[in-house]
Amino acid sequence: MSGGSYYVPASSKWPVLAGLALGLFMIGTGVWLVFDQASYLVALGALAIVTVMALWFRDVVRESQSGLYDEQMDRSFRWGMGWFIFSEVMFFAAFFGALFYVRVFAVPWLDGEGAKGVSALLWPDFVASWPLMNPPDSSVAGPREVADPWQLPLVNTLFLVVSSITLTIAHEGLKEGYRDSARNCLAVTIVLGICFLFVQGLEYYEAYHHLGITLQAGIYGATFFLLTGFHGAHVTVGATILIVMLWRLRRGHFTPDNHFGFEAAAWYWHFVDVVWIGLFLFVYVF
Amino acid sequence: MAPKIPPKARLEHSESVTGGAAVDEHEHHPSGPLRWLLTTNHKEIGTLYLIFSLTMFLIGGVMALVIRVELFQPGLQLVRPEFFNQMTTMHGLIMVFGAVMPGFVGLANWMVPLQIGAPDMALPRLNNFSFWLLPVAFLLLLSTLLMPGGGPNFGWTFYAPLSTTYSPPSTTFFILSLHMAGISSILGAINIIATILNLRAPGMRLMDMTLFVWTWLITAFLLIAVMPVLAGVITMMLMDINFGTSFFNAAGGGDPVLFQHLFWFFGHPEVYIMILPAFGIISIIVPTFARKPLFGYASMVYATASIAILSFLVWAHHMFSVGLPLIAELFFMYTTMLIAVPTGVKVFNWITTLFRGSITFETPMLFSLAFIVLFTIGGFSGLMLAIAPADFQYHDTYFVVAHFHYVLVPGAVFSIMAAVYYWLPKWTGHYPDERIGRWHFWLSVIGVNLLFFPMHFAGLAGMPRRIPDYALQFADFNMASSIGGFLFGFSQLLFVWVVIKCVRGGETAPAKAWDGATDLEWSVPSPAPLHTFETPPDLRRVAG
Repeated sequence: MSGGSYYVPASSKWPVLAGLALGLFMIGTGVWLVFDQASYLVALGALAIVTVMALWFRDVVRESQSGLYDEQMDRSFRWGMGWFIFSEVMFFAAFFGALFYVRVFAVPWLDGEGAKGVSALLWPDFVASWPLMNPPDSSVAGPREVADPWQLPLVNTLFLVVSSITLTIAHEGLKEGYRDSARNCLAVTIVLGICFLFVQGLEYYEAYHHLGITLQAGIYGATFFLLTGFHGAHVTVGATILIVMLWRLRRGHFTPDNHFGFEAAAWYWHFVDVVWIGLFLFVYVF
Repeated sequence: MAPKIPPKARLEHSESVTGGAAVDEHEHHPSGPLRWLLTTNHKEIGTLYLIFSLTMFLIGGVMALVIRVELFQPGLQLVRPEFFNQMTTMHGLIMVFGAVMPGFVGLANWMVPLQIGAPDMALPRLNNFSFWLLPVAFLLLLSTLLMPGGGPNFGWTFYAPLSTTYSPPSTTFFILSLHMAGISSILGAINIIATILNLRAPGMRLMDMTLFVWTWLITAFLLIAVMPVLAGVITMMLMDINFGTSFFNAAGGGDPVLFQHLFWFFGHPEVYIMILPAFGIISIIVPTFARKPLFGYASMVYATASIAILSFLVWAHHMFSVGLPLIAELFFMYTTMLIAVPTGVKVFNWITTLFRGSITFETPMLFSLAFIVLFTIGGFSGLMLAIAPADFQYHDTYFVVAHFHYVLVPGAVFSIMAAVYYWLPKWTGHYPDERIGRWHFWLSVIGVNLLFFPMHFAGLAGMPRRIPDYALQFADFNMASSIGGFLFGFSQLLFVWVVIKCVRGGETAPAKAWDGATDLEWSVPSPAPLHTFETPPDLRRVAG
């Protein structure tokens, strides 16, 4: 409960600047997608977002380092991060829900299952299958092949599972005061994350140039890139956060019993890892 | 039991603390407009939210009047059908995402810390960020009206493929602006949850919180659960439009109905996001003016939680006529009807609270009583719509329009107005003008019924929604609706007048502005100083 020392920050320019930066990014994206102009605005907006976030977090880190935060503030951060990750879970839940809906209902119904019948008039020759290699309409070209889960995706699964383990070792090391091993394990985690992103890039290259899996390749390509793409974006964010944590660790931040920044980064990384397990199972294996 | 103002000794203690806080020691505030741009204070941000909400309410209202003036008579009079469609779409989007939701968030910003004895919101800078996303998002949304091809014209539910294959180019901007509004809602909700769970005064247990705080806790959970789903579905739209994916395109193996499932998985909890805080407000105002404790406090909490849980299991009742399997029709019909049970608990509890109370009829109470009656009408028409076979008849008619406007206007909007009249003395230190307030109430309540009640009949007789022209037999109903619409719309200017008048002056309000009020916010001075509860009030019961 409150002890009367809760830190209420003085006015800050970062929130409103962050809002404007995000607005710039959104307007830039819109102008680029709709009018095919001024694509540099997208990059400018992204740069502005990253800059403002860095400066905002710098303030928070400084306040934390100068001891302005009490236990209650620590709990606020924990609740905040926990619910933020829950919102991310729901974001991916929408995409997994779409995948399951398409696989269990939409594609079989297009084949006439369940007395639907109407699509059987539109596309009488359509045969349901998953992965959907031949979409109903001839105007949409399906993928030629799908990726073998037991090659690159398996390697990536190992990368992420091992990275979660090394991150946990790093966290335990930090809690026990072994800062060197914490730092090394964290560095290994980051390297594994970057390896994952590299292999994911390889796989995208394969998909586009050899397998015919593209965004336009019917619902299989769409769900494949939606799920793996947003996951990859989250790995990128997670790895960036971990790099910041490595930097802070080297700067001497964090104590064995006060390191929520590190812990929050770890929560996020484990969340990204769990999403990948779901992806590996339902996008690649089954 | 709802919390009580602490015993006299503690009350004085907390007043002396907050009194000292009026002299602001730990910040030097920037002055002028910068003060509002950079603020981290929950009261200032709450005020910003409320001003934003009122502005959007008036803009969305003007769009509604464009619709009503076109529908005054059959035939095409004033606007082109394409523009009419943009007006219905933008009216819905602005009222839902720009007026009602920010209105409740503004009230939460102001009142949640005051009702739980917290110094501010848990994450004050994040709070400011949540707010300033909104003006940017809605300027972007409004700017689509000026773009080539016009603004969004597919209805506020933006069903694919109307919103993908057949949409105007500006749809991408609409999606991006909705992303920003969604981020704002998620971050705001995270902040509210963290505040309620972590910043309650010592001794305040969960079951000591006011119903407004309780309903907001549950609403914030709903927001965090479903706004990301909305983000997901509009992202899929964005990809279908710009990158050639087939999510909502059957030719590629996708399904337009998938859009509806995802949208309503967001959309139905969204409906409760817009009404649960209203339940909380009514549950505070009714006991105050009936001068009795709320009847069935615990059952109110459980009913709110039940509604929230059920809200995840009812989404397809918006889609009965789309061609669902029979078993799905039955499942969603029964789960929807179940919602009537906890909602009924609430209505009965309010009525029982009134029973044998010493009731007075100040403006906030008038709006609350109107809420109970008129929201219940909207609830009953919702029950009619829940019956799947009957819904085949009502679907996409004006009956649906009548239903959701009854729950949203004399429901959500009236509750926000009740809350504003109720808390204005705390915010400004002055009572709102009771005479103008009553005029505002009676004109609103007459206008709103004249506006929406005939829509039931037009809908049952078969008038479809979202059309600029209609068959002659609907002419009388529509003329009545339009007259009611203008009456309701223009009487809101009285509301603006009352608020401005109250900010500028009026009868001075004491700390405890209402005779029967019992919650913690009435223990701080009126107007509430910029910083309150810097040392939290101690509500722990003294042992023995």
